[in-house]
Amino acid sequence: MLTDNVTVKNLEAVAKQVRRNIVRMLTKSQSGHPGGSLSAVELLVALYFSVLKYDPDNPEWPDRDRFILSKGHATPVLYSVLAESGYFPADELMTFRQLGSRLQGHVDRDSTPGVEMSGGSLGMGLSFGLGVALAARFDAKDFNVFVMMGDGECEEGQVWEAAMAAAHFNLNRVTAIIDHNKIQNDGYVKDIMNVAPLAPKWSAFGWHTIEINGHRFDEILDAYDEAMKTEDRPSVIIAHTVKGKSISFMENNPDYHGKAPTAEQAEQAIREIDES
Amino acid sequence: MTTEQEIASTRVAYGQALAEIGYTNPNIIVLDADLAKSTQTILFGKEHPDRFFYVGISEQNMMSMAAGLAANGKTVFASTFAVFATGRAFDQVRVGISWPNLNVKIVASHGGISVGEDGASAQSIEDYALMASLPSFTVVIPADAYAVKKAIPLVAEAKGPFYVRTHRPATPVVYSSDDCPFEIGKANMLRDGTDATIIAVGILVHEAVAAAEMLQEEEGISCRVLDMHTLKPMDVDAVISAAQDTGAIVTAEDHQVQGGLGSGVARILAENYPVPVEYLALDGYGTSGPYLELMTHFDFTPEAIREKVKNVIARKVG
Ligand SMILES: Cc1ncc(C[n+]2csc(CCOP(=O)(O)OP(=O)(O)O)c2C)c(N)n1
Repeated sequence: MLTDNVTVKNLEAVAKQVRRNIVRMLTKSQSGHPGGSLSAVELLVALYFSVLKYDPDNPEWPDRDRFILSKGHATPVLYSVLAESGYFPADELMTFRQLGSRLQGHVDRDSTPGVEMSGGSLGMGLSFGLGVALAARFDAKDFNVFVMMGDGECEEGQVWEAAMAAAHFNLNRVTAIIDHNKIQNDGYVKDIMNVAPLAPKWSAFGWHTIEINGHRFDEILDAYDEAMKTEDRPSVIIAHTVKGKSISFMENNPDYHGKAPTAEQAEQAIREIDES
Repeated sequence: MTTEQEIASTRVAYGQALAEIGYTNPNIIVLDADLAKSTQTILFGKEHPDRFFYVGISEQNMMSMAAGLAANGKTVFASTFAVFATGRAFDQVRVGISWPNLNVKIVASHGGISVGEDGASAQSIEDYALMASLPSFTVVIPADAYAVKKAIPLVAEAKGPFYVRTHRPATPVVYSSDDCPFEIGKANMLRDGTDATIIAVGILVHEAVAAAEMLQEEEGISCRVLDMHTLKPMDVDAVISAAQDTGAIVTAEDHQVQGGLGSGVARILAENYPVPVEYLALDGYGTSGPYLELMTHFDFTPEAIREKVKNVIARKVG
């Protein structure tokens, strides 16, 4: 794909705005998951602003491409990107996790326009994506199905059941994205339950495997392009990322998997994002 | 009340109790599925690193590993959030642990809607219906942090599989350090009364006591309050006496109405001594919101219990 500088500049501006939104909504709610939201910003911004076909005024449009957030705790980044894409007003982000809000703590397809799957229990999204892709095959539709998982999430057996099934059914419209930020809840993935080596595992399960820097828009866009062009197998993009990306005290810090910043920290965080 | 209400965390109490018995019982092995900082098994892990295993985000694997350890003489504590311990790994628990009656103690945190902001997927409100349905399981839901401290050593010594639920937030205490009777299978009577009995478990016990005080002071209605901390086997005698002595019962629990405390109480009454019963429980999924707001939203308040008591008394015959 031809990724010109203008596209990348625009995407970078959106990514900054998405990061600001994440910080603000978490500071307001005083709960939620910043680390794995910040690591996935570029991956989602590239998807929603350059790749996916969708209509925010008609979230149920049958031909839309599907994005499924399997790591369903990373709602801050998804809601923020959906708001920037026009699904709902950005003001609504400030209701995140409050009683009565459409923006639930974990993904909830009945509450939030643009959310495809209800989740929050890790390991289920890829199987759901296979179901979506099978339905598309029945209906002779050719939309794409993207599923984002965490690297810790890949410890769930169901992920590998789905990996096997995707290749078996040759669901080539499915692209798995792994936000490989190296940290899970209790600490570093390599210490808690090592999932390495990821790429050879996915290859052995019959997937086309692409490995990239998940914060570089040129690499991300090329990867999406390559995945969509791969016809004979499902594709997986293993995106190397930094948990808590762009905020110094959150970067690579397991403590910020599921902890909101204080008001003071939020100010510093916004400053760092502005200056990044 | 003028004195400030003491609050304490049941999951921290669990971690502390477990770390402590780890010193006297070298046979204890602890497993956790990437939530050790949340369930507080990390406190055991720090003291006894050689007997603590992170199994990662793989609850099914954890439960079957626990079964294997227990089949070879270990006492295993397996912890994660209540939704995953019971829902995600149910088959592994049923076939692998319950059927062969193995010594696995599932102590799950984040029970009920008191989980708060994480919302419906994380709010475990079917957990003890599932676990109580398993023939060999004993199910314990301590009412506060003091009760957890009393319960965990007993659970460690007892034979067979156990399910114990703890909660995310620090919650108001019911007991104190030197005043917390705890015998598995025996309900605690926290207050005697003549007009009705409120039977509660977990975080609703505190609300039940507050409701009984309110009813006595404001309306002259006298309520017995039972903390049914052992949901299974339930204290049949306590339930029957409550029916005989007070003639009306209200149950209160942070769980689905189907298959919970209320169902268990109703079955005992139907078989032995039928009286009117009202149920305070959930019938549907939870939602995101701060814990205390959810408590009000779902009627987990003394005021709501008071109304149930008045309704059930009105239904008494004669
Ligand atoms: C089945 C299941 N087990 C446990 C959890 C609790 N939990 C939520 S997030 C998380 C860590 C996830 O790590 P990872 O997949 O690497 O996500 P990221 O670092 O991208 O946030 C855990 C254990 C869950 N949501 N689902």
